Amino acid sequence: MQTKRTVFQSRVLPYFLLAPQLIITLIFFVWPAAQAIRQSFLRQDPFGLKETFVWFANYTRLLDDPDYLNALGATFVFSVGVTVLSMSLSLMFAVCVNRVLRSGRFYTTLLVWPYAVAPAAAGLLWWFMFNPSIGIIPYLLTFVGYEWNHRLHTGDAMVLIIIAAAWKQISYNFLFFVAGLQSVPQSLTEAAAIDGAGPFKRFWTVVFPLLSPTTFFLAVINITYAMFDTFGIVDATTSGGPSQSTNILVYKVYADGFIGLNLGPSAAQSVILMLIVVVLTVVQFRWIERKVQY
Amino acid sequence: MVENRPFITFLTHLILIIGVLTVVFPVYLAFIASTHGPTDFMSGIVPLTPGDHMAANYGYLLNSGESTAGAPPFLMMLVNSLIMAILIAVGKISISIISAFAIVYFRFPLRVLAFWVIFMTLMLPVEVRILPTYKVVADLGMLNSYSGLVIPVIASATATFLFRQFFLTVPEEMMEAARVDGAGPLKFFRDILLPLSRTNIAALFIIMFIYGWNQYLWPMLITTEPHYYTVVMGIKRLASVLDGDTQWNLVMAGVILAGLPPVLVIIFMQRLFVKGLVETEK
Amino acid sequence: MASIDVESVGKVYTGGVRAVSDIKLNIADGEFIVLVGPSGCGKSTLLRMIAGLETISEGEVKIGSRTVNNMEPADRDIAMVFQNYALYPHMTVRQNLEYGLKNRKTPKAEIDTRVAEAARMLEIGQYLERKPRALSGGQRQRVAMGRAIVRKPAVFLFDEPLSNLDAKLRVSMRGEIKRLQRRLGTTSIYVTHDQLEAMTLADRLVVLNGGKVEQIGAPLEVYHAPASTFVASFIGSPAMNLVKGELHGDKLAIGPSMIGLNGFAPTSGAVTVGFRAEDMRIARADEEALPFRLEYTEELGSQRLIHGMIGDQLATAAVAPDAELSPEMRLAIDPKRLHFFAADTGKRLPGQVPAQAKLAPAEPVI
Repeated sequence: MQTKRTVFQSRVLPYFLLAPQLIITLIFFVWPAAQAIRQSFLRQDPFGLKETFVWFANYTRLLDDPDYLNALGATFVFSVGVTVLSMSLSLMFAVCVNRVLRSGRFYTTLLVWPYAVAPAAAGLLWWFMFNPSIGIIPYLLTFVGYEWNHRLHTGDAMVLIIIAAAWKQISYNFLFFVAGLQSVPQSLTEAAAIDGAGPFKRFWTVVFPLLSPTTFFLAVINITYAMFDTFGIVDATTSGGPSQSTNILVYKVYADGFIGLNLGPSAAQSVILMLIVVVLTVVQFRWIERKVQY
Repeated sequence: MVENRPFITFLTHLILIIGVLTVVFPVYLAFIASTHGPTDFMSGIVPLTPGDHMAANYGYLLNSGESTAGAPPFLMMLVNSLIMAILIAVGKISISIISAFAIVYFRFPLRVLAFWVIFMTLMLPVEVRILPTYKVVADLGMLNSYSGLVIPVIASATATFLFRQFFLTVPEEMMEAARVDGAGPLKFFRDILLPLSRTNIAALFIIMFIYGWNQYLWPMLITTEPHYYTVVMGIKRLASVLDGDTQWNLVMAGVILAGLPPVLVIIFMQRLFVKGLVETEK
Repeated sequence: MASIDVESVGKVYTGGVRAVSDIKLNIADGEFIVLVGPSGCGKSTLLRMIAGLETISEGEVKIGSRTVNNMEPADRDIAMVFQNYALYPHMTVRQNLEYGLKNRKTPKAEIDTRVAEAARMLEIGQYLERKPRALSGGQRQRVAMGRAIVRKPAVFLFDEPLSNLDAKLRVSMRGEIKRLQRRLGTTSIYVTHDQLEAMTLADRLVVLNGGKVEQIGAPLEVYHAPASTFVASFIGSPAMNLVKGELHGDKLAIGPSMIGLNGFAPTSGAVTVGFRAEDMRIARADEEALPFRLEYTEELGSQRLIHGMIGDQLATAAVAPDAELSPEMRLAIDPKRLHFFAADTGKRLPGQVPAQAKLAPAEPVI
């Protein structure tokens, strides 16, 4: 791994410099993770007095549990929904901002700030917008004959958290798409224009393919975001309901472990989540490696 | 490039205006709601124009909070959030910049291993190891304390990688010149590297401040004493009273209060924010 | 002021890549040495070993009488000027100049005097409060020099300091470096890949190739008696013509043509023959000459370079700008001006050194 061509000679100093980071990592990250892995192979008796080693029983039980499978399904729908919705809107805005040079900055300012809104707050904003009795959107929906109620309709609840999560993520995707668009060499679009391609054709045949690394990267980031950073949205709004329809994995692991105190199965859930993060991180870093030489 | 297509230009602006309205509207509505009295929502649909309870609502929330919902005064929670966010941002930046310095400017046994241990934090978000981490913090007696809120989350692979990337772009000769000029490692770090990293530190500070401010699950686990509540937790508590009784005017005022500081940071430091965001992930 | 002794120095990088081997070089106090060679020849590595920025794997470097192998750069009493200047961008010019002195706990008054002196010498007085980014390339170069000068070191080390400047500025800065070095009398080692820079600056040149010394000598010595075909082709512009030839007694055969050598043949059999473009002239009808098929010409104003073939080998000659050209020409050369190199090793064959070398002044004119 890369260092400077010449380095400082010191035996102990680098260890001192690394110590705070490493100690915190070991105590609060690695050790608990190891505990989760250990716990996932154990089962406690009902009084929490005795632990027995049960091999993969917690895992098999988990994968037979319809609630868990339901959570997997909900997480999948949620992640894909957030990713597609947020990325397509962001791409559209980014392309537009990239076209209007002078006012671009103004629009950018107005589009980026939702990044700063806490997930829980974002959830509440949309929860309010969609409130069945006083919200403005259900009111408008009655005109097209739709009776919105996310407290009763499972689909409505899912749509609600998808919109809230996608809304918050638009800023992020937007900024990366703008950066991606700005790195497409002007000469390429000029060449395409001279070759007679109109603006739409130019976008789909020249610009969009060149954006594919950004798109891929953002897809991974968005899935990671939807899976792990949206706890606040769910907790502040649906709390996993109605009838578990929005009980995504991170919410379930919290609810089962912290509220339900099912240590073994909760730990198994944690471990599965860790594996998912590992996969996503590896995929993401492969992308970075291709771009920057690590 | 000459391009004269007024329709497309019109369409572009139209899309952007609709986009901006969509993005802004929920917050507009929240603000409107926060200016109304508790009874204004009984009549059905939310009003779209400001009411006259703004001062009353915000004043009430800031100073006395909503004790029935178990929410202490917002002023106190805002201060807690500010303390937590600043400590997290400063902590993450401090420990990351020195680790990156060690990794880039020294060669020593176990260097690569150290890098991988730091890297692993990326793969272990708090959400996936809630219980055991909680247990560690509890065993260390750090529940209900600022140190419990802050220390367990200040390890940062992202920040370390950002500084590492940046240090690798600092010309080799900078350090060589400093050595010829008689500067040892710590002197070089203080006199040359730190000043050169100013912009990166500022950009990262913004990102980490927002990250810290928006912490939700962690403070919820660590704090049971209202004295340590943060504002993002507070709004959830406001909202979670029996849904029928939710005082939306207060909840939305809470959302505005909780969101305002980080949003202002982004709007006023947009350039640094964009740099921080785009470069931490690059 | 100090002499420098480089004794059998070599550098092997971790992983076994060898960058430099067995360099022996004794530099007198006050001497201006230029290390020159193509990129990758090890010249920068050698300089950086002397500076203390690379560890020395083999041999010994002495500055004055001290062995410095294990000394920090700061303790070696050297100052270095880097290719990209390496000015601290967040410090003003003054702070840049002061930094090394402050680290050495030099008294404030002394620092001020030295900075003022260097600023005057380099005419950067009016920029002292500016940041490097507000300076032009040439001004930054001067500041980088200034940072070296204020230290009053025993040795100046220059690592391609002019290669980031445009051609015109490079020529004037070159003169300035030489002038300063003469004035301060500080022992200097200067690395460059530009042979012209090397020729004009050096008291002695060290030509390096593949991590080894090809030749050490005064610029004109190297120019007129290159020790190998490598040096012959590297020093001088246009490069010395090198063609395959064969010695038969007192005759030299190049392709089908043959010229007499008037007793200058050092050996017999296959050789590489070298001759400088300016040593060739258009032959009179009655003299022995080499046939030259003209391909194209380059006008330099003061002279005209003609490129073409002698037999099946490329050659270049410099002729008067008004010389008469034709597709098939005959070129003559004084046998005294021929250089002979071993066909296999490329080493110069013992023999008479061409006449000019002895007449040359000890130092090049700038």
